[in-house]
Amino acid sequence: MQVAVERPARSLRETAAVQLRRGFIANLPVAASVAAYGSVLGVLAAQKGIGWLMLLMMNLSIFAGSAQFVMVDMWVAPLPVVEIVIAVMIINMRYLLIGASLQPLFRGKPLGHKMGMMHLVADENWAVTMAAHRSGTATTAFLFGGGLCVLSAWCAGTMLGHRLGAVVQNPEAFALDFAFVAVFTALTVSLWRGREDVLPWLVAAVVAIGVEKLLPGKWYILAGGMAGALVPVFRRTGRKPRGENSNELG
Amino acid sequence: MNLADPEMTAIMAVIGAAAATYGLRLGGLLLSERLPQNGGFRRFMEALPGTILLSLVAPGILAAGTWGAVAAASTALCTWKTRNVFLSMIIGVAIVAAARRLGW
Repeated sequence: MQVAVERPARSLRETAAVQLRRGFIANLPVAASVAAYGSVLGVLAAQKGIGWLMLLMMNLSIFAGSAQFVMVDMWVAPLPVVEIVIAVMIINMRYLLIGASLQPLFRGKPLGHKMGMMHLVADENWAVTMAAHRSGTATTAFLFGGGLCVLSAWCAGTMLGHRLGAVVQNPEAFALDFAFVAVFTALTVSLWRGREDVLPWLVAAVVAIGVEKLLPGKWYILAGGMAGALVPVFRRTGRKPRGENSNELG
Repeated sequence: MNLADPEMTAIMAVIGAAAATYGLRLGGLLLSERLPQNGGFRRFMEALPGTILLSLVAPGILAAGTWGAVAAASTALCTWKTRNVFLSMIIGVAIVAAARRLGW
């Protein structure tokens, strides 16, 4: 997803309400693309016969773009509940890292505060918050305000798309079935980290395509993703490490 | 509770997905001090988002034929140049739609 870098440089001693408002405003640029991308999900969901109330429930309770796209893609009766939950878990595995990276922001906060704030952490408001954190101006209220902004845009976009999707008669003529592939191609490219990704991505693509041919279901996602991500584990030297890793390879 | 009821199954899928996602979000924060901050595990987790999404989409691109591949490549190039996911998506969809309209 798109990552906008906002650098609010104001006093840390603002009230939570001001911080929340600032977080909301700082996320408005990314929210525009979230709404647009959400409208595509809405159209696809309507084509699959998913009702608007169910879609809204997904938005509010899951609140994770890529995972919801995959869910809608797998939404064929009878619903493969276990496979869906496993696929969502695999795709959202990154939230383990995202959650861990927010630890400095939550230092000293009670458990209840953590539990309340973490639900509205999406890629977008997390990225905006981390950028603000680098200049020392982010708080958990800023993060939450951003979450509210992204959630509003996500709901507005998906609901609008759902209305449109109910009107469009033959989605194939507009290549709406290809929208899923296009969205994920774009999202994948936005995650490219540089030359170090060449081999992991090559392995991931080859394994995913191979497993998709051999096994039924969505196991190719897990197989390809894990195979690719294992490449840098076994490659200990020769590449310039990034960021936080800079002191471990020597 | 009738497990064969489609509405009930749908609600179960949503609840399961929501619980898994929230668990990962909160779990990452609560486990942050115990998760290895460097070494193989961290390299694995850092590479995972990209490889997962690529694995998700690679078979779909292959299945979409020549024009699907052209559209995916254009989408990728546009994202690379502009960082605009929405614009890139529109370009990919437009190429496939045009190819179908022209009967290619």
